[in-house]
Amino acid sequence: MEKFNEIKALVAPLNRANVDTDQIIPKQFLKSIKRSGFGPNLFDEWRYLDEGQPGQDCSQRPMNKDFVLNQQRYAGAKILLAQQNFGCGSSREHAPWALLDYGFRCIIAPSYADIFYNNCFKNGILPIILNEKSIDELFTQVEANEGYQLQIDLAEQKVTTPAGESISFEVGAFRKHCLLEGLDDIGLTLEDAESIKAYEQNRKQDKPWLFNNLK
Amino acid sequence: MAARTLYDKLWEDHLVKEREDGTALIYIDRHLLHEVTSPQAFEGLRLANRKPWRIDANLATPDHNVPTTGQARGVEGIEDPISRIQVQALDANCADFGILEFPMNDVRQGIVHVISPEQGATLPGMTIVCGDSHTATHGAFGALAHGIGTSEVEHVLATQCLIQQKMKNMLIKVEGELPKGVSAKDIILAIIAKIGTAGGNGHAIEFAGSAIRSLSMEGRMTVCNMAIEAGARAGMIAVDNTTIDYIQGRPFAPDGELWDGAVSNWKQFHSDEGAVFDTVVELDASLIKPQVSWGTSPEMVVAVDDYLPKPEEETDPVKKQGYERAYEYMGYKSGMKITDIKLDSVFIGSCTNSRIEDLRIAARVVKDKKVSGSIKQALIVPGSGLIKRQAEEEGLDKIFIAAGFEWREPGCSMCLAMNSDRLGSGEHCASTSNRNFESRQGHGGRTHLVSPAMAAAAAIAGHFVDVSNYL
Repeated sequence: MEKFNEIKALVAPLNRANVDTDQIIPKQFLKSIKRSGFGPNLFDEWRYLDEGQPGQDCSQRPMNKDFVLNQQRYAGAKILLAQQNFGCGSSREHAPWALLDYGFRCIIAPSYADIFYNNCFKNGILPIILNEKSIDELFTQVEANEGYQLQIDLAEQKVTTPAGESISFEVGAFRKHCLLEGLDDIGLTLEDAESIKAYEQNRKQDKPWLFNNLK
Repeated sequence: MAARTLYDKLWEDHLVKEREDGTALIYIDRHLLHEVTSPQAFEGLRLANRKPWRIDANLATPDHNVPTTGQARGVEGIEDPISRIQVQALDANCADFGILEFPMNDVRQGIVHVISPEQGATLPGMTIVCGDSHTATHGAFGALAHGIGTSEVEHVLATQCLIQQKMKNMLIKVEGELPKGVSAKDIILAIIAKIGTAGGNGHAIEFAGSAIRSLSMEGRMTVCNMAIEAGARAGMIAVDNTTIDYIQGRPFAPDGELWDGAVSNWKQFHSDEGAVFDTVVELDASLIKPQVSWGTSPEMVVAVDDYLPKPEEETDPVKKQGYERAYEYMGYKSGMKITDIKLDSVFIGSCTNSRIEDLRIAARVVKDKKVSGSIKQALIVPGSGLIKRQAEEEGLDKIFIAAGFEWREPGCSMCLAMNSDRLGSGEHCASTSNRNFESRQGHGGRTHLVSPAMAAAAAIAGHFVDVSNYL
């Protein structure tokens, strides 16, 4: 996983509440057995006018010019400004994979669906929660000012606007640590292998029916 | 000891280690796998040269991509080459790592959340995870069950644990007697309409009250299944005799002395008298009518005798914007009633409603009747090969076929249209599934979430009707 420390980048606004994972990456693209290559199909239903198919050359497809990410001024954005309950729906990790593959490293929204929020951290994406007043103000600024960039500092837990105003945000200590260091949390958990074995041994003794062999 | 909730008990019972940073290592008793969210996890294990921690905790089956016709041909019967590769990858990964799989031509194959309880692989007091958000289904057994992403699938395979933070406790109490024609699906749709799709965010929900206790295990699974549509990763129901009776005698359930020990242990899995919940929601079951979703979010739900809500009358700007988009996507005119919506398709199936009880009630509604001529396609997709077999033994297939339904083979099917079962653009479908997101059931498709009885009655009428008149 790529480390996340500090970025200063262009912001793209997606002003819709309850954006679901079926919109972030439609199901036909979930047939891939890889982790990469989902970027061209991020928000597929909204970005293109036709029905997308896996393996297609997306550069030849008719674009929906009204969709915000298709506007030239937001090309190259690494920060996605979003609304309430972003990422609701399924547990598909293809959603953060698609956002990452497209180029987003950070999302800023008032709230997220629980599973999506967790999945972001596993993939080097920082999902920041700010209050609705700050979010509304950011939407106004981003839409009014072409080339609007924000600076994100994870170590300091701070978003800085071009005007120099800084907004602090909360993030769990463990998640922050893993993101800052780009850590593989399986490796960290396996450092506790002895505790897991001991727990498992006790459980097997107390509740042997939980260890019925599936065969 | 202080009074604890069911969730508190399940959490504490699975604590391997609490860390100073507020996270905890939680032991996982059962891990379910399907073809869509597991290949990258197996690849990750191989790349890191890791082995599964406890092979016998895992159970796999292909479900999302499988066709619902011609399954006897096995994997070779999947026409879409990309889908076929994904199912073959699951077969190969399970064979390589020694994980038990019910492959496509096994009668035990089916939707992962249907087969695990059916086999007795879902037990009270367990932690159960799967790379699928509808894993909450298994909470119906007094278990802590939730969906995980693929990175966590790999984490569970490698360590038998997850790194978690404890959620908050929410109690949803449904008291009273359900009116005729109103089922578990109507209860959960009414709950989501009340608390919204973000209502349960950050919480584990316990469903309780006399209306929940009076449900069969099938009904309880339907309720817990859609906890995620209410924003909660986990939904659960206390263990009682209904739970225990359902489990007894199933293939992976304990028997003999082990059974007695298990049962006496399982009886603790309920919230203590006086346990404190962070949030409490109450519903009166007697006031719930048959529910229909009208829009593109599972919270956009009204009773069958209602009008569509008017966006111009909505005062909450976020809701208003959502309503306007839904109107545009669904192609509505202002002032329409739910019963005015013309239906093109009916789908009875999915991990929410494809169990034997669902098929029985649907068959009761359509017996000796005909699917309306305006319906282009009416599908019945049983949740597993065993349910299909049981339904056929009961003669339900003949009732459906005589009425004009297609009797299909098990899988996720048109719930998310990853196989070839899908809606055409602009088509309206009465569906017993769980999500009505844009294009969920096919590009441009328009989904209406309903109970199996309501879907069956809608198939006959060609539009929504109050099913209580059909029973």
